[in-house]
Amino acid sequence: MHKLLQSDGFKSIASSLIAILAGLIIGYIILYVTNPYDAYYGFMTVIRGGFNSIPRGIGSVLYTATPIILTGLSVGFAFKTGLFNIGASGQFIVGGFVAIYIGVHWTFLPTSILWIVALIGSFIAGSLWAAIIGLLKAFRNVNEVITSIMLNYIGVFMVNFFVVRTTYDSLRNQSITPSLATVPKWGFDTLLPNSGANGGILIAIVVAIIVYIIIDRTTFGFELKAVGFNRDAAKYAGINEKRNIVLSMMIAGALAGLAGGLVYLSGTGVHIEVLDRIPMEGFNGIPVALLANSHPLAIVFSGLFIAHLNIGGFYMQRFDFVPEVIDMMVAIIIYFSAFALAFKGVFEKIARKMKGDKA
Amino acid sequence: MSTLYFLTQQTMFYSIPLLVVALGGMFSERSGVINIALDGIMIVGAFVGLFFMNRMQATMSGQGLLLLSLLVAGGTGVILSLFHAYASIYHNANQVISGTALNLFAPAFAIFTARMAIGVQQVTFINQYRIAQVPILSQIPILGRMFFTNTYITTYIGILILGISAFFLLKTRFGLRLRACGEHPQAADSAGVKVRRMRLAGVMISGLLAGMGGLILMVPVTTAFNGTVSGFGFLALAVLIFGQWKPSRILMAAFFFGLMQTIAAAYTGIPFLANLGIPSNVFKSIPYLTTIIVLAFTSGRSAAPKAAGEPYDPGKR
Repeated sequence: MHKLLQSDGFKSIASSLIAILAGLIIGYIILYVTNPYDAYYGFMTVIRGGFNSIPRGIGSVLYTATPIILTGLSVGFAFKTGLFNIGASGQFIVGGFVAIYIGVHWTFLPTSILWIVALIGSFIAGSLWAAIIGLLKAFRNVNEVITSIMLNYIGVFMVNFFVVRTTYDSLRNQSITPSLATVPKWGFDTLLPNSGANGGILIAIVVAIIVYIIIDRTTFGFELKAVGFNRDAAKYAGINEKRNIVLSMMIAGALAGLAGGLVYLSGTGVHIEVLDRIPMEGFNGIPVALLANSHPLAIVFSGLFIAHLNIGGFYMQRFDFVPEVIDMMVAIIIYFSAFALAFKGVFEKIARKMKGDKA
Repeated sequence: MSTLYFLTQQTMFYSIPLLVVALGGMFSERSGVINIALDGIMIVGAFVGLFFMNRMQATMSGQGLLLLSLLVAGGTGVILSLFHAYASIYHNANQVISGTALNLFAPAFAIFTARMAIGVQQVTFINQYRIAQVPILSQIPILGRMFFTNTYITTYIGILILGISAFFLLKTRFGLRLRACGEHPQAADSAGVKVRRMRLAGVMISGLLAGMGGLILMVPVTTAFNGTVSGFGFLALAVLIFGQWKPSRILMAAFFFGLMQTIAAAYTGIPFLANLGIPSNVFKSIPYLTTIIVLAFTSGRSAAPKAAGEPYDPGKR
């Protein structure tokens, strides 16, 4: 038992679970304070999440989880390499725009590969957008948090500029639907009808596995992590630390760009609206990554979990609760997961005690 | 000439909140705690302050109400900052994660509370605080019209805060101890300074100023708060870095970014810029673009406090 308590994996998972529990309890208190009569029902609706409506709700969870798993991978990958990518929103919108552009204008390609080319486009666009952050960090020592935030705004303004000039539906003030480039359903439409669920979730899971292999099983991934752990030591060990910082950001950006591509090619009628608003999918990747302690495979689960809560929040509106309470709960969960070190210390203490009792 | 007056007056509206919030960030970082939550604290400070104003304006009016709301906003900021302080100072939590949690919490809290309490997301207020001209001072040629007409009392409060901050940070024992905690906490500790207590003070001051800054930003430029400060907290962090963590340079940086923001927000009111025929999206990008360019040229010789971002570990040398 004490061995289990001391294993790193257990400690990470257990402290995440404690953080989730704390967030849920405080969320319940918030509901109770605002409306004591419906708090219990509202809260249970949140807990049931996607299962409030089977099969549609489950499909909605998969659909909502797809982009935030990818932006979560983006943020998590950057974290593993010592960078805080708070700019996933900008990379997301830039990637999404390029996917729409290719889907609308490159119709000379056969339909069977158009969506693939469009997704590759979003992947490349996201990585190039994030390369700016990496280059400035590596060569000019510019704090990546500031650059990322600034590029979110610039990205939104730039995409609005190009949407209006290249792929504009002026009647609705939004982008045209790329109807010939749609991510295949792969049976999700018959399994989970009317939910928007599509093959994107499988793509996200495969990407998570690939990211896991790169980070944990390759020399390249090891070098990236080494730079994140100690830039100077990595340099001394013969690693080209500047190149690695740029590559880390480019991979992170590519993942967020792909998230944008998958959303806007999902065939569910989502458009880029020409408003000065930063897309939330990017920011939502941050809690997904933090809750999973940046582990790529755990990110799949934390993405599904947060999507589950969000869908629960949607159904909770029938009790007149405002769905933003979900964002507050998620924020509280993340706040408590910042205490991970403290929790881990507690587990170690318990483990030592148990060992002592035996001896 | 009238364009110049318009430009300076507008610039003050954006520079002063950036100045105040960046000074807040300065106290936190120079005590050794990175406070990435400035944006979130601004949002909650502005929200609670304006909500208070919205409720009270039926019974109160005039500058007194503005000052009272400012105190409410600052007090709210302190309360919120305590969460960051508790996690990062007393539990050695990752300061970026704890700050990010507050940033995620803030807009959700503002929107949730507004919709639960008044049914709509926007908090509106009557702007009755504009001072058309300050007596006597507005009669000074040129400068009078630039700085003492069409202004707000918050502008002068901001300048006052700058003076007080610079004095406390650079000329008092408190300031010296605070700075020591951000540079070498172990040395400060061995000299008898209570490191954790000094850091708590630094973070609380940052909360006070960020909360007030949120309200100072909102009052002149809008009459409806919508749960966002458009990333001004992060712009303030950029001002702090560009200002090299020093009060006088922060003042200059704040004016520079305020001017850029003015060009973005009010270029249609400046005939020269409006006639250039540049698309509006380009103008809107200017503050964010110049931030990146300026930081690219000034970040090389960073003067960041050495221990900023590291939890204090008494056992480390």
